[in-house]
Order: sequence, then C-alpha cells, then structure tokens
Amino acid sequence: MCLAIPAKIVSVDESDATAIVSLEGIKKKISTALIEDAAIGDYVLVHVGYALNKLSEDEAQRTLDLMREGGLLGEELAEITEGSQ
Amino acid sequence: MKYVDEFRDRAVAEKLAATIAEEAKGGHDYYFMEFCGGHTHAIFRYGVQDLMPANVHFVHGPGCPVCVLPVRRLDDAVELAERHGAILCSYGDMMRVPGTRQRSLIKAKADGADIRMVYSTMDALKIARDNPDRQVVFFAIGFETTTPPTAVAVLQAEKEGLKNFSVFVNHVLTPAAIGHILDSEDFAPGGPARIDGFLGPSHVSAVIGSKPYEAAAAHYQKPVVICGFEPLDVMQSVLMLIRQIKEGRCEVENEYTRVVTRDGNLKAQALVDEVLELRESFEWRGLGPVANSALRLKEKYAFYDAEKRFEISAKQSRETKSCECPAILRGVKKPTDCKLFGTVCTPDNPMGSCMVSSEGACAAYWTYGRFRNKDQAKQTEIA
Amino acid sequence: MSDMTSGPSTLTGSVDMTHGGGGRAMAELIRTLFQKHFSNPVLDQGNDGALVALPPGRVVISTDSHVITPLFFPGGDIGALSINGTVNDVAMMGAKPLYLSVGFILEEGFPLADLERIVISMAAAAKAADVTIATGDTKVVEKGKGDGVFISTTGIGVVPEGVKTSGDNARPGQAVLVSGTIGDHGVAILSKRESLEFETEIVSDCAALNGMIANMLAAVPNITTLRDPTRGGLAATLNEIASASKVGMMLEESAIPIRPDVSAACEFLGLDALYVANEGKLICICEEADANRLVDIMRAHPLGENAARIGTVIADDAHLVQMRTGFGGTRVVDWIAGEQLPRIC
Repeated sequence: MCLAIPAKIVSVDESDATAIVSLEGIKKKISTALIEDAAIGDYVLVHVGYALNKLSEDEAQRTLDLMREGGLLGEELAEITEGSQ
Repeated sequence: MKYVDEFRDRAVAEKLAATIAEEAKGGHDYYFMEFCGGHTHAIFRYGVQDLMPANVHFVHGPGCPVCVLPVRRLDDAVELAERHGAILCSYGDMMRVPGTRQRSLIKAKADGADIRMVYSTMDALKIARDNPDRQVVFFAIGFETTTPPTAVAVLQAEKEGLKNFSVFVNHVLTPAAIGHILDSEDFAPGGPARIDGFLGPSHVSAVIGSKPYEAAAAHYQKPVVICGFEPLDVMQSVLMLIRQIKEGRCEVENEYTRVVTRDGNLKAQALVDEVLELRESFEWRGLGPVANSALRLKEKYAFYDAEKRFEISAKQSRETKSCECPAILRGVKKPTDCKLFGTVCTPDNPMGSCMVSSEGACAAYWTYGRFRNKDQAKQTEIA
Repeated sequence: MSDMTSGPSTLTGSVDMTHGGGGRAMAELIRTLFQKHFSNPVLDQGNDGALVALPPGRVVISTDSHVITPLFFPGGDIGALSINGTVNDVAMMGAKPLYLSVGFILEEGFPLADLERIVISMAAAAKAADVTIATGDTKVVEKGKGDGVFISTTGIGVVPEGVKTSGDNARPGQAVLVSGTIGDHGVAILSKRESLEFETEIVSDCAALNGMIANMLAAVPNITTLRDPTRGGLAATLNEIASASKVGMMLEESAIPIRPDVSAACEFLGLDALYVANEGKLICICEEADANRLVDIMRAHPLGENAARIGTVIADDAHLVQMRTGFGGTRVVDWIAGEQLPRIC
C-alpha cells in the first residue's frame, strides 16, 4: 500500500486529462487518466501525481460511525465491568 | 485535512482500544500480518501498538516494494545510468537502498551518474521531452497501486512519439506474495511462525478491488480485512479480524469502504492490462522466485522496455552476509534477531533494504521502537 | 515573518574573471555594488581588516557558508539567509551580534543584476538585525566551478554577564519551547524544486531572531539552551542537544505548532515535518518555572506569535527524543542519517 492522500479537485482540464487539487491551501496539478468524470468538488486519492480513485463521502461517514459505535460498545462494557466490581 | 484528521481521532482511538481489549480477552494470542509497509509505518508512527492489548501482535510483512526488489535489479538500474549514460529517473524511496558492495543510486549519483529523483512519471516524461538527445529511463517500482501510472506513462510516450523514453519495469503483485508466504514452511501448522489473519493493503486494493483476496482467504482459511491507511482504520480492522476469528469466519471484509470496492478501479486495471503482462517468475528479495508475481511490458510496447533497449550485463549480485532481510521480510524473524541490526547496520550505514526503506521493518524498529526493546533487554538482564 | 524581498537592480552585464583580479574592475565592482549598499563608517575605513571597538564581555564568534539553491525563493534569498543565519548563530550563544564579515565566491557569468538584488537584500537584513557589515571579500571562479554565488559570513558578538547558553547543559525537568510554526522554510524551498513543485502561499520564515532573544535573556538570564533548528529540522536539533547533554526528551505532538498547509505539503510528499528545515525559529530549553513567562515574551514579539511549550527534558540513558503522538501512542523521533527524501510508499 502506498502513500496516497485525499485531496479536493478545484479545477479540471479535460484537454490533457489533468486537474488541480487542493489540500489545506496547497495546490498541485495531477493526472486524471485513471478515473472517470473528474468533477470540481470531488475528493480523490492522490498517489505519485495521479488521482487513483474518488472518495465516497457516504462511506467515509459510515466508517466513522462504525468506529465510534465500536467505541460506544466499549464504554458500555466498561460501565458494566465497573458496576460489577 | 478532511478524510484524514477524523481517522486520527484520539478519543475514538481510546474507545476502540477498550473494545479490542474486551473482545480479545480469553487466553488466545492473535498474530496479524500487516502486509504493507505503509501500515507498518503507520503503526509505529502513531504508536498504535501501545493501544493494543498484550495478546495482539503485529507481524510485519514484505509489502514494501523497495524492500523486496532483488539486489540484481538495483544493480541493473545503476548500470543503466553508469554504463549507458541514461538519465535514470527514480522515486525517492529507492535512492539510498544498498545494492551489491553497498552501491546505491545516491552513491552512483555522487560518482557522476545522471540519476534524478522524481515524484511522478509525469516528471520523467518532461525530462525526456526536455532532453531529446539523451536516453531517459524511468525506474518503475511498486505494487499494483503504482503500476497504473507506469502504464499511462508508456501510452503517453507512444502518443507523443517520445523515442528517447523507456521504462525499467519492476512492478510486483500482492496476492501472489501473500500466497507464497502462506505456502512456505515457516507458516505451516506447527512451524516457527504464525499468522492468524491479514490486514490487507489499502491502496493496492483501491486499484485491484477486494475480490482478488477471496480465493486466498478461502484456500488458506485466514480472514483478511482490507484496511485503510490511518491509525483508526488499523484499529477498526484489528477488531474486525478478532471478531472473524471468534466467529469462525474466513472472509474478505472491507474496512476501507470509502475508497475500496469489490471490483476496484476498472479503468486503471484496463490500462494496466493493455500495457503490461505477467512474468512467469520473478525473484523477490527474501522470498526467492515467486511464480506469476510480477509484470513486464507487453511485446506490443517492447520499444519502451529498457530491458530490451539496453544490453544489461549478467551480474554477480550479492546480498550482504549475515543480513537477515530475507527472514525479516517473511515475518519469520524480528529485526532484533539480526546480528547486524544496530551494530553494523544502522540507518546511517544500511546493510540491507529493510533498514533503508522508511517502510522496512528494521527502519521502523530502529526509528520508532528500539527503546522498547532496550527496556525489555534490560529486564532480561536483571532477571 | 521577514518582508525582505530583494529590490530591483539597474545593473546589466555579468561577472567576469576581471572582477576577481584585484585590479580596477574589482575595485569598481566593490564601489558600485558592495560599498554602495553596505556603506557604514566601519566598512568605509576601506582597509584589509576593520578596526572595531567591542563592549566589555565574553566574545562569541560564529561562521557559516551558504550554498543554497534556488538562490531566490518565496520569502527570501541566499543573501538574507547568509545574514540572518549568522546573526542567529551568534545570538543563540546568548550574545548581542555586532559585526559581520561577508565573503563572496562568484561564478563567471553570474548576472550582476541578480548579484545586486542579493546585496540589497543583505543590506536590508543587516539593518533589520541592527548589525554592521564590517568587512568583506570577493573572489571569482571560472564558469562551471560555482553555483552562481556562494556566500560566507562570520559574525562577532558579546555575551552579557550572567548568560551562558549551551547545548550540553539540559537537565531532566526542564521545559522545551519552540518559537513558532515548524517546516515553513523547507517546504517553501521544495515548492520551487523541479519535479516536486506545487502552488502554495507558504514562504520561508527566514528572519533574524536576536531582538526576540534579547527580550528573553533580559527576563531570564539563565536560559539553558537556545538553538535554531535549521537543516534536519526540530528532530536533528533536539537530538543533538539530547546527545550532548546526555538526557532524553518527551515531546507532545499536539503542542507542536505547524501550519495546516505545511502539514498538507508534507503529507503529499511523504515527509515528516519534524525533519524539515527552519530559518526563523528557535528552540529554548529553560527551567520549568520560567517556561510560561518565556512563551509569553516570545508571543509578544512579531517573530514568536505561535510560540509554545512542546515538551520536557527527561532522564534517559539512551538519550532518545520521544514523542507522545496526537493519537495517544508514543514514538521515537530519531536522529536520521542524511536528508529526508520524499517517498511514494
């Protein structure tokens, strides 16, 4: 697995299959040759100057919820364990 | 940073840690191999192991394309620059890896070879355009994540008629490596080492999808969880692996759903299929020859194949004696088991690839972990 | 933050071998370029060496050579760097920087307009730092034997009574402070480097810190250590100190100030900001009791607005610099061999 960072597309140039992505104010030109329908506002995973995939906002939220839920279970368990001591 | 910071949240980490500790109780030890070096790096960088209960262990795998590149191929790359006078373009990761007689790209550069570090294949193409009278070779390494950019570069070079551009292809494949490890004697039942489950690679899977691991999971009866790159992803994936084991399941689950789908990136896969094909066999440092584990350019694109364009000499390439990288890459030995670790072999003076690569187990141990081992060593001395 | 952009130049032509020959051409270059912008009573003495009077106290002397490329970068240039770098080194010893010497090695063919821009920048930096350029030297080398220009500067200062900062005296229990955001300079340089370029508003933090240091020492004369984390970044400097003092350190990752865009640039390239160079920041090690006061003093100064306490010196036989990560675990901040390189894995 290689180093890849999520960044937001802020402009698209279809003529040479490139886009400009932005991350906290840093802007970089990347290739969109590996993805379809790159659009402004899309979040993409950037690896060695290429957009590898788009990020799914819904799935990201769902994963976070799952993690937080996994945590809540821990909290409940702790209460139970402490309660029984 | 969006999609990054949320997955490094400390409060969620503490709660997840409690859940893992609770669910891992029961007297069993769990050994999970994080195949990819990027996960090794993340585990050490964030100190994830501190948040695990004592009976959950990480086994570091060979998923570092820098670490598994055979010495011979590195020597070949150096030769392309030195003997053939090509401009060799390389990713930063390879620059310090020692080849035979400790010769690295950075040392060859110091001796006058024209070796240039690039961030992207696009930079290499630009160098080719800017230097029409020179041969420009791109040193292509990496797993399935990094392969599509190489395919795009070859197609782009062909489109532009960049006749002075070629690629030295060393792309390797993940599922084949996983299978090879599990087939080895080391991990046979009763063997010296043990893996109960895999944290699957994040971005390799973004390209190839989660489907390719299904056969391996079923065949070897080991659960796989495709795991994201951030520390919370690692913890969530550990939890999912523990649950699979307790429930007797051996499935491929996807934790990294925000990026990975079952089919992966079909466009990228198609581009790779157009330009590259399987090699029958390829030698991996530490694993020896592995069948169907690497790629080369198709005959159709032979013009851009550096191995065909240049005569590369047969070599006596040698691993440093006593270097335990091979065993460490297989997860059978720890860096601290190597005689050279911390004595002759340090990041200042790396003897093998595991110490040079920022992903390598030895580098990670040295950089992030040796104080822990020192404490343990002290305990054993006193005891 | 430095506002030192080199001003425009009206000169045409380029450096040639006669400029280093010691004859009229060289004298003319000195007069129309160096003397024009650096002029002050000491320099204008015009002898081979400068006669200066030093106030009473222990004398500090420090030297540095500058070979950076690119010569001009966002937020500064090799000229400003050469002045500020040496001013800072003298000031880190607890001394008030007074005089500098500057030596130029010019490459044949280097544009005079660029040289003047650099010289104007140096004059401005010296003025901002309140130091006198006392004497200088110029040599010319054949084309191909230089990188445009190399600059060497040596600085002299005097240490007030009761002050003794050094790198080998840090003790367990002391506080580790930093004067502001890390990684700005290194990232600004990288953003202009071929094959890595990206668009950003990050500028180098190149600045002279002697004014802020004077304020700190006036309030707390017994500061233990002052050092600027230049090449190798915070990590290298803290490791040097830990090793020299035979102690360890425990840092808090969440306390280390870093700009979001610098952090993002590091993520893109696979760099760790702890190892990225700074040219206008300092590390301070002081007694626990003085920590809050020193942070306030730094924050009150324009160059210290993001100052923070980032850790504590601890006893450790292994002399490791460790860090509690924002995530909750602990890692070692190692002393790496050479320069950190961008990575893809």
